[in-house]
Amino acid sequence: MTQAFRIENGGLINRDKKLSFKFNGKTYLGYEGDTLASALLANGVHLVGRSFKYHRPRGFFGAGVDEPYAVVQLFRNGETEPNIKATEQELFEGLEAKSVNCWPSVNFDIGAINNFLRIFLPAGFYYKTFMWPKSFWYRIYEPFIRKAAGLGVASTKHDKERYEHKYEYCDLLIAGSGPSGLAGAYAAAKNGAKVILAEDKPRFGGSLLTSDVNIGNQSGKDWAEGIIAELKTMPNVVVKNRSQIFGYYDHNMLVMSEKVSDHLPSTKKYHPNKRLWYIRAKEVLISSGSIERPIVFGNNDTPGVMLSSAAKEYLKVYGVLVGRKPLVFTNNDSGYETAIEFKKHGVNPVVLDSRKNPESEIIDEAKNLGINIKNSYVVVAAQGYKKVKSADIASISEDKKQLGKIENIQCDCICVSGFWTPTIHLASQSGNKTKFKEEIDAFVPGQSKQNETTLGAANGVFSLEETLKTSFTAGSELSKKITENDNKIAIPNVVEKKSSQHDKFWCVPLPKGKNYKRFLDFQNDVAVSDVEIALREGYRSIEHVKRYTTLGMATDQGKTSNLNGLQLVSEIENKVVPAVGHTTFRPPYTPVSIGAIVGREVGKHSRPTRKSPMHSWHEKNNAVFVDAGVWLRPRYYRRGNENLFEGSKREAKNVRTNVGVCDVTTLGKIDIKGPDAAELLNRVYTNAWLKLPVGKARYGVMLREDGIVMDDGTTTRISENHYHMTTTTAQAANVLSHLEYYLQLVWPELNVNVVSTTEQWAGAAIAGPKSRDLLQKLFPNSDVSNEGLPFMGYMEGDLFGVKARIYRISFSGELAYEVNVESDYGNFMWEKIIEVGKEFNIQPYGTEALSTLRIEMGHVAGSELDGRTIPFDNALEGLVSKKKDFIGKRSLQRSAFIAEDRQRIVGVVPLDKQTSIPEGSHLVKDDKAPLPNPKLGHISASCWSVEYDNPFSLAILKDGKNMIGQKLFAMSPLKNKVIPVEIVSSHYVDPKGERVRS
Amino acid sequence: MLHINCPHCGMRSQNEFSYGGDASVKRPELNKEVSDQDWDNFVYNRKSLRGKHLELWQHISGCRQWIKVERDTATHEIFRTFKADEEVA
Repeated sequence: MTQAFRIENGGLINRDKKLSFKFNGKTYLGYEGDTLASALLANGVHLVGRSFKYHRPRGFFGAGVDEPYAVVQLFRNGETEPNIKATEQELFEGLEAKSVNCWPSVNFDIGAINNFLRIFLPAGFYYKTFMWPKSFWYRIYEPFIRKAAGLGVASTKHDKERYEHKYEYCDLLIAGSGPSGLAGAYAAAKNGAKVILAEDKPRFGGSLLTSDVNIGNQSGKDWAEGIIAELKTMPNVVVKNRSQIFGYYDHNMLVMSEKVSDHLPSTKKYHPNKRLWYIRAKEVLISSGSIERPIVFGNNDTPGVMLSSAAKEYLKVYGVLVGRKPLVFTNNDSGYETAIEFKKHGVNPVVLDSRKNPESEIIDEAKNLGINIKNSYVVVAAQGYKKVKSADIASISEDKKQLGKIENIQCDCICVSGFWTPTIHLASQSGNKTKFKEEIDAFVPGQSKQNETTLGAANGVFSLEETLKTSFTAGSELSKKITENDNKIAIPNVVEKKSSQHDKFWCVPLPKGKNYKRFLDFQNDVAVSDVEIALREGYRSIEHVKRYTTLGMATDQGKTSNLNGLQLVSEIENKVVPAVGHTTFRPPYTPVSIGAIVGREVGKHSRPTRKSPMHSWHEKNNAVFVDAGVWLRPRYYRRGNENLFEGSKREAKNVRTNVGVCDVTTLGKIDIKGPDAAELLNRVYTNAWLKLPVGKARYGVMLREDGIVMDDGTTTRISENHYHMTTTTAQAANVLSHLEYYLQLVWPELNVNVVSTTEQWAGAAIAGPKSRDLLQKLFPNSDVSNEGLPFMGYMEGDLFGVKARIYRISFSGELAYEVNVESDYGNFMWEKIIEVGKEFNIQPYGTEALSTLRIEMGHVAGSELDGRTIPFDNALEGLVSKKKDFIGKRSLQRSAFIAEDRQRIVGVVPLDKQTSIPEGSHLVKDDKAPLPNPKLGHISASCWSVEYDNPFSLAILKDGKNMIGQKLFAMSPLKNKVIPVEIVSSHYVDPKGERVRS
Repeated sequence: MLHINCPHCGMRSQNEFSYGGDASVKRPELNKEVSDQDWDNFVYNRKSLRGKHLELWQHISGCRQWIKVERDTATHEIFRTFKADEEVA
């Protein structure tokens, strides 16, 4: 198909480069520099979608970010993306797009039956209808609504594209590169300020690209190009196109989404698809311009009805005629500018102006060109279904209440201009108290809350001369404050045509006997009648009206509909518009890809992965890894075809019979130094610490102030004023903050320093009856006998020339040691242990065996210290000092904590000695009791006891102390299991703790 | 995202800090009798103020110091920041 609506010459597209693309399966041609919208219009395609509710045909309404209709599903490089505005999507070779919200096709859409049922689909229809019967919701209503709703389909595949985040600081951030943005940026840059200028479109210049003005004896477009070229050469300036500042957050932080690759057929190697900029600016200039607003009339959603500024942009930027028989319907001079452009390209428009006798330079020009102008005339209704075919027009009385005789005139598009709405979104998001400006019938920024200045059309200033003057001045003054430079810039001479006052007229009354739909919100099919219903039904607040009718919702967020909605409410309620107020502007200004928000933090990059110095050894020896917090730890070392259960059982058994070695580098380690170190420990831990001798370790439990156990671990006195604390892997960071909190804020008089040394030490736990023999061989010069290094003893040793710390501590319940060396020697230590340990049948063991060993010994860990248990619950009350005070002690007197039947840790064994009990199972008295079955406790950890060769679990059980010997049921509805169990002591193996002391 | 002036490091973004609650809470002294009510007030009961609020933040990805921040909870305006041991006048 040829580009029948492309004019011979003109536009800013590159006619040397043809691009082929597909829309709804059909192939078309366009040019480099086109948007999908301009290329389709060049091919005469006006039908692009179906409306949200009534499935009415939809065309193009705008030419940019304000577009409410032309939302398509995009296919690019094997990926698909919904919710793309055809007016923003740049054309590339091979682009494919499809209409959304229609089935089976945009030309024949079954959902359009809603259009005939519309009497049944008024505002609030879904709220009112899908209420009853309740049981219908899941089966019928919800699936139906889900199928009917939506503007495209998200891909279910993994997104192969990459997204980046960037943090930037600048003196001045300028949002929008129209005349005010360029002037402000230029003045600030000349003063040496660090400037970022952001433009959401591919081309810089904003309104200068389409307006007929002169600046400093050049066309507006040439002047803009000159300024941009100069800004790009300045080292203190960053100029970004395709970059939308979509959010203005606290403390002058703004977020910008830069489309790096969306305009290309595929993303270049090493390039991101989008880049999200977090920009902290000292000052923000908002030069976001304004958006033309529609005039509301009958069937004003018909394809071919569009904003007059959009028609002008398609012509001047893209060289595309949106019609050959245009009708311009305006209440101000902007419509004439569009009409003049049509006329210059050999097309004869008809202008309907609602005003009686307007006079201005622009109108004079139109008259001189011989354009047919009808004053006090309005469009009553568009005619045509999939495309405008004609318009019913009529004269209108001065009070805008009475229509004259209806006439029908042929036309193929209706370009409508209802004056301009400043884009105040960013200002409003920043906390600016907006105010209503009567002369322009719109809200403009008022009192600033943050360092923000709104300029030009966004501030309701539509004169170019004034815009340039105020913007140059603002850029100068704001940057002068920051850089203390004051380079005077001559403000260029401006030639522009003066325009006349617009008509405060926004909605054409219905002719007698006609019931045309007059749409306010085109994306959500909200008509004048819907707002009338909402108000009749008692909705008053504009926020409520919005939510009930969906006016101003969805992806365009009412950029073209909000103000007309306010006008309507104010008219019906007989209030002035400022008294109605506007709904809150919230970020984002335009839709932002979830991928851009997430950035690189996906999959393994969502948090750092920490590996111990012995990681590569584990890998080489078939370790199966498990995430432990941010750490990767070996779960077990697979031999042959072993599964987890078999492998971990073998490893645990070897610890009980020979000796095993486990990588415990991940344990949190905190170095504590200072004369008051013992006093700090004494206040932090529940047990006594003042008398711990040098060279001894002690197990400690620390509480939160509310009495709940926070963490446990051993702390060793290395020397007089030097302690080495260990924490659990998961709580390491919290414990450090906790200690810092008390040292810095609560007890600053304590002379103590704490620092994390988790990464400084590599740790290996050597456990099992043969561990002492192995240790003796590793440290032949040290006395590691039971007397030389007793249980909970500490010494330094020499490991083949490497300084090592040896702690006799045990987590497995066996005779055990923990050896630490500086991290760089970790692998050396590990290989030596394995090598020397061979004769003792040493095997490495992973976290699964580690768990098994601690569970059968009744040692508590994270699954018991779960933020809900106190020392008593964990059978740790023996470690709670009665004599001294400590963090959280007072809370232990709370009545629930001293209740007779307080929960407590117990052991659980299945009666059949076969069935493993799923972790999380509930313990109940009667497995047949009606639901909800009263829960007595829960299984916190389960293992296969290698000592007894049967399943064993730990549980936190109500009145656990008195439940030993009782028979209960472990129920796991998730796993569909009911297991009869017996409650036993949590110390299943070696209850007297003889092995650790042997 | 807030911009917090760490008295030790200067202006830093909020994501370097972690929040620590009401800075006016005083922990009862050790080894002193504390009534149930006073202890409950210390552990649990907080005013959820609208307006000026003195609160604790820790510069966790920076100097690791706990600092006091005077902030308006409604507008997020930060008026002053203090070191942990600085008197708030």
